[in-house]
Amino acid sequence: MIEQHRSHIYGVVGEFESEHQLLHAVGKVREAGYRRVEAYTPFPVEGLSEALGLKRNQVPLITLIGGLFGGLGGFYFQYWCNVNSYPQNIGGRPLNSWPAFIPVTFELTVLGASLFAVFGMLALNRLPQPYHPLFNVERFCRHATTDRFYLCIEARDKKFHLAECSKLLQGLDAHHVSEVRDD
Amino acid sequence: MSVGEPPINSPEIRRLAPVIEPGHTYGTVTDKISAIVLTRPASLGWFAGFALSFGIVMLLTVALAWLFAKGVGIWGINIPIGWGFAIVNFVWWIGIGHAGTLISAILFLLNQKWRTSINRFAEAMTLFAVACAGVFPLIHTGRPWMAYYMFPYPSTMGIWPQFRSPLIWDVFAVSTYGTVSLLFWFVGLIPDLATLRDRAVTKPKQIIYGMLAMGWRGSARHWHRYQSAYLLLAGLATPLVLSVHTVVSFDFAIAIVPGWHTTIFPPYFVAGAIYSGFAMVLTIAIPLRKAYDLEDFITMRHLENMAMVMLATGLIVAYGYFFEFFLSLYSGNKFDVFLVNQRLHGPYNHFYFALILCNILTPQLLWFQKVRTNVPMLFVMSLVINTGMWLERFVIVVISLTRDFMPSAWGRYSATFWDYATFVGTLGLFTMLLFLFVRVLPAISIAEMRELVAETSEEHK
Repeated sequence: MIEQHRSHIYGVVGEFESEHQLLHAVGKVREAGYRRVEAYTPFPVEGLSEALGLKRNQVPLITLIGGLFGGLGGFYFQYWCNVNSYPQNIGGRPLNSWPAFIPVTFELTVLGASLFAVFGMLALNRLPQPYHPLFNVERFCRHATTDRFYLCIEARDKKFHLAECSKLLQGLDAHHVSEVRDD
Repeated sequence: MSVGEPPINSPEIRRLAPVIEPGHTYGTVTDKISAIVLTRPASLGWFAGFALSFGIVMLLTVALAWLFAKGVGIWGINIPIGWGFAIVNFVWWIGIGHAGTLISAILFLLNQKWRTSINRFAEAMTLFAVACAGVFPLIHTGRPWMAYYMFPYPSTMGIWPQFRSPLIWDVFAVSTYGTVSLLFWFVGLIPDLATLRDRAVTKPKQIIYGMLAMGWRGSARHWHRYQSAYLLLAGLATPLVLSVHTVVSFDFAIAIVPGWHTTIFPPYFVAGAIYSGFAMVLTIAIPLRKAYDLEDFITMRHLENMAMVMLATGLIVAYGYFFEFFLSLYSGNKFDVFLVNQRLHGPYNHFYFALILCNILTPQLLWFQKVRTNVPMLFVMSLVINTGMWLERFVIVVISLTRDFMPSAWGRYSATFWDYATFVGTLGLFTMLLFLFVRVLPAISIAEMRELVAETSEEHK
């Protein structure tokens, strides 16, 4: 029963007026030793990733793989069509007349890289995800994508304690502090 | 910027002209832009414009239905001139699309802040222009229901497309361009769709925007990856946009027809594409900012910068015309020399002179700041340039095909009613899609405007 009670709480969220207050709060919360911390902002805030200690992400690598896949696959496909599957002498050119294959290879490189970049980014972000516990917080829904900045300390954090975290956020000039329920 | 202020003419002050009028906060930019979609009722003007463009789309459907019933014989094309309006219009529309990607990708990489309030609708313009362009090669095939032959698919006939042909390169270039532009546009829209979801008051809007936003909640980890993906897409779209019109120019340059077989085509096609694209962005931006009171966001600075880009690309195009001319004469090739002669004195020379007037002479007025800051004048100028770019493609396609090597193969071309109906029809399609777009999606990127507010408030401190 105790376990179940705890699982209904997703975390504590504090609302901030400006990105500067948020950045300040993120620094303080991480100083206090919390690690399962997430910020929510209506636009990408400069310096926030560093403040949260986010590492380099995987999107560039996925994009590179997509580009290589598109480019090499595209070239090989044209090679295979012209040399193996349907060899034809066209104007005496060699079957593997590679310079003529470059435009399609280039386009498929860009196509592969772009598709991997977008779908890779969405997959890493676990989107689409229609439900999230934070959507239970009414003020979050009204302001998070408009004009306010939010900081959430999640219950998954080892140090998490509802009352202490609320007090910490209130001490950092958070306008509203609410618990986030997941039920 | 109000017209009465005296400092408007001093260059020092002008350089500091705002890309967003002061006094805006995160809340006000969000309210103002999202209200167009969510709360503002459609005006009478919107309905009138939509009805007119919808009527023109009906003309397009009639033209297409008649075409499918009778075949391409209803057009003015004939044997020496197999490429008539269909290819002229295709190249024109694809060119117009280029400005959207240029604004969203290249200006993004160059960190040009003024792009922010124009990139969204410029990208939408790109998509709609590519859609209109795509119509033409499809219907020009004569049997559009067999258009899938152009894509490599494992057929029972065991054959593959001819990958050495520029026409197949075109299929790949244009379809990649359409796909990447759509991805770029959609990725940019995700945060704004979330804003609309959260601000919508009616259930259907909440559900539709909610599904499209995919549960975006502005998490810092999401933004972190989002920004990487957006930057990479911009980096990928930049060479792509340059490649697309290059490949389109290969359709001509790889052929041996006089006036087509020249190495200057790729760069001058790309410059021409950007030139006509910026003209079209101005054609749309000027009525849009007026109709929806967006003068705070699309300021004089934007209009003036776009005018300067038009002037610069227009000069590149003029340089292209000059060298096309010069190299034909300098080569001493009698067919090339003859073609130049035909442009100046042939049966279509009035098209050529109109082209020089629209594309080279008139835009020289943009050297004057008075013209660049005169909104009605800019609007007229943008229409003139769009006409000029259409004439350029007509001159390239028709004059070369009617006067190639053998006098016995010469011919004449004149468009029929159905040629014009199809062309005007795609103009209606383009306008109708734009009318729908401004009503259902934010025409200016809200998230990026908030970023701009943050940056400009930083500067004022």
